[in-house]
Amino acid sequence: MDWQGQKAAEQLMQIMLVVFAIAAFITGYIVGSFELMIYVYAGGVVLTVLTTIPNWPFFNRHPLKWLDPSEAEKHPKPQVTSSVLKKKTSKK
Amino acid sequence: MHSFGFRANALLTFSLTILALMCAIASLSDNFNSPSPTATVQILSVNRFQRKSSGDDEVGFTLDISADLQSLFTWNTKQVFAFLAAEYSTPKNSLNQVSLWDGIIPAKENAKFSIKTKNKYKFIDQGSNLRGRDFNMTLHWHVMPKTGKMFADKLVLPGFRLPESYR
Repeated sequence: MDWQGQKAAEQLMQIMLVVFAIAAFITGYIVGSFELMIYVYAGGVVLTVLTTIPNWPFFNRHPLKWLDPSEAEKHPKPQVTSSVLKKKTSKK
Repeated sequence: MHSFGFRANALLTFSLTILALMCAIASLSDNFNSPSPTATVQILSVNRFQRKSSGDDEVGFTLDISADLQSLFTWNTKQVFAFLAAEYSTPKNSLNQVSLWDGIIPAKENAKFSIKTKNKYKFIDQGSNLRGRDFNMTLHWHVMPKTGKMFADKLVLPGFRLPESYR
């Protein structure tokens, strides 16, 4: 799962759970059945689990583009020079 | 949210938090219910009225208890416990409560009832104060919810009087 996929998964999870909770409460209250509220919410949680927990292709649409290894070789990591080291040690 | 386990954990925690919130709101919704229960109690006969060897008065009744407690039930009600108590005052105790009958009402369909019964529990006074005693029949009830706060209330039915002499 890529970065944007993770963000989407978290937001989708929160929105789905809240929406199912509201829907469950309203149906339960109108029908007058506490059990129905629990069942509707439980169904919503199962649906949310199936939607947001597996690593669906939907969450992998924005893969990170790493630099080629050859590109890294052209710009080598800057080496620590001896003068900098001396300055640091002299301060101490 | 990078791994399967992390997502499962986040979902479980959040869904249970919301479930607790739903239960709390369901409990709060009980406050919108303003019940209007009715009850009547009749003493059909005084079967027994005597002084026990211990010196305490004992009464045996046959009662007709009719009540409509259907309005106590909401969508968040598991059951209602109701009990009938004789309440009176004596020189020694300002309030005596003697439970005569009780029952558990499991559903709204059973909440409207009319029964003829002998007193389920013995009506015994602490002492010998029951002759000619005025007393109230009080129907108490406890509404047991599925989640949240338990409600209790009562209905006082005044105007009962015990016989002047033992029989």
